[in-house]
Amino acid sequence: MSWRSSLSPLLILLCGCSPGASPPVSGIPEPRSGYHFQSQDTQNLQDDDFANPGMLWVDGGMVLWTEAPETGKPACADCHHAADMSGVASRYPAYDKSLDTVLNLEARINHCRTERQGEPAYPWESEPLLSLTAYVAHQSRGVPVEVDISGPARPFFDAGETYFHERRGQMNLACVHCHEHYVGQMLRGDKLSQGQPVGYPIYRLEWQTLGSLQRRLRFCNTGVRAEPLAFGAQTWTNVELYLKWRATGLPGEAPAVRR
Amino acid sequence: MRRVSGVLFALLLTQNLTGEPLTSSPGDAARGKAVVLDRDLGHCLLCHQISQLDESFQGNIGPDLSNVGGRLTAAMIRERVIDPTRLNPQSVMPAYHRTEGLAQVAREYAGKPILDAQQVEDVVAYLETLKQ
Repeated sequence: MSWRSSLSPLLILLCGCSPGASPPVSGIPEPRSGYHFQSQDTQNLQDDDFANPGMLWVDGGMVLWTEAPETGKPACADCHHAADMSGVASRYPAYDKSLDTVLNLEARINHCRTERQGEPAYPWESEPLLSLTAYVAHQSRGVPVEVDISGPARPFFDAGETYFHERRGQMNLACVHCHEHYVGQMLRGDKLSQGQPVGYPIYRLEWQTLGSLQRRLRFCNTGVRAEPLAFGAQTWTNVELYLKWRATGLPGEAPAVRR
Repeated sequence: MRRVSGVLFALLLTQNLTGEPLTSSPGDAARGKAVVLDRDLGHCLLCHQISQLDESFQGNIGPDLSNVGGRLTAAMIRERVIDPTRLNPQSVMPAYHRTEGLAQVAREYAGKPILDAQQVEDVVAYLETLKQ
């Protein structure tokens, strides 16, 4: 036995992984929610359910949750107890075996609509989709994020991680530049956060409305003068999976309020 | 030999590694200041501080530019504005006068530099005046 082959089991042990399941290129040492990068006023707005504007969508989602579809098929509430939805959003995006892809929460809700309720999918960023997503995500408030990136989910995760580290746009910036290298520093009046997606859908004061993570990601695309990827693009779900993994352990906050 | 060095010199010129001005008309500092402040052009205060400017919320991602004219020559400033990644491949500062080697550029900006040649010269002229 050569020294090389006798050493390799040791190296595998040291890496804590087996060959073929390479460790992620990068995480972030101390994940911190974007909440900590907001002003006291914005934090207060999030903390008070009666003041948090995102709660309007949660309430709207609760109505849709129990509403029977016109097709005569079951309402969401006929199959799912709201209490059982606790922690679901913290596990999304998740790999779906039958579709052989990863789905984010919005895509999962729309899949239920088309497959179980016989209804057309809600358009991305539409009010009912945001409302239902906000309602479901709200059930995971306080539940730590933990997504599964093993097995068939791994290639999607890897693609998301690659996107995070690639420069793009006329400004030639990668996500990692602002949201890892310069965290806490000022981009004019904005304090750069780690880009932890734990409160989506979020009420963004700049938007004066609730928006999805994909809307936020497209906003970053525009900021670096890149052509924004379409809503629902596979790349976005991959990026969502990478970002959620990066936020592992942070409690859910939906609906969060951000500047 | 002379021919080779001529080609090399031409190459240097097209790459602007010599720090030579991009235009024959000299930069104008007043116009440059406007470009520095303009949110759609330089927008330098997004990342940098210039204490001579009475603007609140100046960024602190990049170095303070309040004495940039005291520490860098015009040629050095020009090189950094045109494409800082030539000096430091890890630089996060956008290349303000480059169109090649960029990915997923928005259609309205495709093939266009952030600043045109005269705007670069104007910015250089303004930054040269910043001394403390």
